[in-house]
Amino acid sequence: MSAVEPIWIARDLPKCSGCRLCEVACSLHHEGRIWPEASRVRVFMRVPGAEFPHLCTQCHDYPCVKSCPVGALSVDKRTSAVIVDRDSCNSCGACIQACPGRVPFLHPGDKKATICDLCGGDPQCVKVCTEGGWNVLRVVEREESHSYKLYARRPDEITMDLVTIIFGEHGERMAR
Amino acid sequence: MRGYAGKFAEVDLSCGEVKETVFGEETLKQYLGGRGLAAKLLWDRLGEIWERVDPLGPENILTIFAGPLTGYYPGSKMCISGKSPLTLGIVGSTVAGEHAVDMRCAGFDGLIIKGRAEKPVYLLVTDDGVEIRDASHVWGKGRVETYRILLREALQLLEGRSPGSREWREPSILHIGPAAEKMSRVTAVQTKWAHGAGYGGYGAVMGSKNLKAVLFKGLGPLPEAWDMGRAREIIWRILRICFRSDSMRRWGTGAAGYDVGSRLSSEPVRNWQDEWHDERSFGVDRFEERVWVKRYWGDFGCPSTCLKLSVVRAGPYKGAVCDNPDYENQAYLGTNLGVFTPEENVYLCSLMEELGFCGIQVGNTLGFAAELYQRGILTKEDLGFELRWGDVKGFERLMKMMAEREGIGDILAEGTYRAALKLGKLKGLDLTRYAVTEKGMGIGAHGIRSKLDYVEAVSYPCSVQGGDHTSPAMRDIRKGDSELTVILHDSGVYCWFNIMKDEALDLIWELIQAVTGWQITADTWYKEMALRILAIQRAALLVGGPDITWKPIKDDDLPARWYEPLPSGPYKGRASDKKELEEDRRRYFEDVGWDERGIPKSSTLKCLGLEAVDKKLRSFLGNQ
Ligand code: SF4
Ligand code: SF4
Ligand code: SF4
Repeated sequence: MSAVEPIWIARDLPKCSGCRLCEVACSLHHEGRIWPEASRVRVFMRVPGAEFPHLCTQCHDYPCVKSCPVGALSVDKRTSAVIVDRDSCNSCGACIQACPGRVPFLHPGDKKATICDLCGGDPQCVKVCTEGGWNVLRVVEREESHSYKLYARRPDEITMDLVTIIFGEHGERMAR
Repeated sequence: MRGYAGKFAEVDLSCGEVKETVFGEETLKQYLGGRGLAAKLLWDRLGEIWERVDPLGPENILTIFAGPLTGYYPGSKMCISGKSPLTLGIVGSTVAGEHAVDMRCAGFDGLIIKGRAEKPVYLLVTDDGVEIRDASHVWGKGRVETYRILLREALQLLEGRSPGSREWREPSILHIGPAAEKMSRVTAVQTKWAHGAGYGGYGAVMGSKNLKAVLFKGLGPLPEAWDMGRAREIIWRILRICFRSDSMRRWGTGAAGYDVGSRLSSEPVRNWQDEWHDERSFGVDRFEERVWVKRYWGDFGCPSTCLKLSVVRAGPYKGAVCDNPDYENQAYLGTNLGVFTPEENVYLCSLMEELGFCGIQVGNTLGFAAELYQRGILTKEDLGFELRWGDVKGFERLMKMMAEREGIGDILAEGTYRAALKLGKLKGLDLTRYAVTEKGMGIGAHGIRSKLDYVEAVSYPCSVQGGDHTSPAMRDIRKGDSELTVILHDSGVYCWFNIMKDEALDLIWELIQAVTGWQITADTWYKEMALRILAIQRAALLVGGPDITWKPIKDDDLPARWYEPLPSGPYKGRASDKKELEEDRRRYFEDVGWDERGIPKSSTLKCLGLEAVDKKLRSFLGNQ
């Protein structure tokens, strides 16, 4: 898919198998290596069985971009992804704090802020998840009328929802 | 050197010392990692005194090894080894999860753990090294609480060390349950809530070392590959082969619970008194529709995601959680106990995992006890209650007694074979005839009497891992599921469910080269490398000790039960044939370079560069 239109990655979290092939694909694409902790999509598993991929949702108001004291973050107009200017980033972590989902992280190699760039419009994580048949991640057309920030949530919050879906009433006890 | 982090952490729990160990390139090239390297290391360090090493004493060494392909080959595993408290040999026991990848990303290819901590401890393995931390607060706790408490603790610790740098992902955790703390030999090293390295009894080894858990969190990349471009291409080819395995992906081995019983007559039913049943209540559809809340579940890099997550949502067993159950657990904590209801089976699996047992081993022992009760050998007075087939409450009670080592549970916690010896002495009877074991280990849930399942007559008697159905000796030693091939997967270390198709196996040599740069071919593997590892494992098994020594030939036999004819089903009357076993065994020994008693020949060992093994074997077995 070569996106000229802004895209978005929709997620169907309860279907995630926890295989982490999205991480493999993402790190291979961006780092040329298998490097789970440098992957822009990271699969959390606060509770076994309740795995889910966690990645930037391209909030409509981009709190991370606004928070950066040195202007290292910008929005790619074409894809809507947050782009990090690694040379400017001073590793202060302001974007991590500003993000309602605590999605960005300091790259374990150069300690620069790291955020999903939507692979320039051709998301590798979506490809493998689709080819594998789990269909947790899917590319959808981005509509400006939607508030994507709703989906930027912290791993612990997401886990709470997932455990009730998966384990029923016992779920929350497991996620405490 | 490529494909390896390059160093191993060596932890002496007795004095709290942690140092780094490296192996030379030649050693790694010969043994790869995992099972192979563990065999080499254990023999080098303990071979001389093997018969005196108590598997549950501080002198035993626990190895937790990855291999060069871990994280590269789709579906990652960890291989755990040491002197086995069950077989007294070396068993390479694997468990899937993220820990091996986390460990390699933290810069280690493995952990070598010796000694015994004074108080309960856990290890935290990160890019900064290995820390020994107090575990008193989780000692005695089951899987859910242990996992929950250690996870929270580690996350807080990591966050405190680098505040604001990231939302920390969970470390991966290997842990043991209460039964392993009490050194029951039928326990597993567990991970998450539901997977375990069960064969070998290494849960008990961790327990004996006062080691409750090992946590791993690495931030680095996987060790660099020799040719990443090539590796990447092969990985994708393998992934695509695995994506096509639709039935394996959809049902995992859970589909076999009914199949192996009704179609193949090879499933343990009531302690193997039968191997046939036609209970459709136990079909995979019932599991799929009633208890599986997650139909595709996998660990790092796995294209097959053949695991399933089961939760019982209503009824008396509400709240029970386990993975799958896979075929082995459906069989051993189901049909083998006369249990034919998915919910009851899930409940027993959930309890087994909560207490830290190995499903195969504990199911084998429970079945053995129930048969003794059926025959009036064990009575209500011995047990404290009645124990009938299908009685979930009874099995629950007995399993808890085993975990606590309470009453007769103390003897049963030693595993079927040792319990048969002890109870036999008490009762003045030969009870080993009811023990369906091989070299002290409960046999995998694949019978051989009907001859329809994949295992053969020599599979268990000749396997260097005892009754391990995932490592069966095969007459055709180059076969895809033969022990020699499995040694490759267990040394590599990755999941062999992802390599069952021949096309995938063909790619393995190329992937090894792309990752390590080494040219290893099928020939080098089957004619040399695998035989070397096999010979060391066989030597350790033959030396055994200190509580039991296996006699060549006499103990390289099938369990007595399998010479009894199948009592029902379409293959009624079929039984194992001793002559056939003897002939197959003789040919097998010959093919792997062992003499007629199954003792690796001097010439073979010398060719393989195993002079020390030869010397030990001659002096130890010389007079027998
Ligand atoms: S590839 Fe899909 S199923 Fe696998 S972990 Fe990623 S999101 Fe989940
Ligand atoms: S999810 Fe976080 S990183 Fe992504 S745009 Fe929103 S604030 Fe920025
Ligand atoms: S879209 Fe690309 S950058 Fe973003 S998480 Fe997926 S693979 Fe990584």
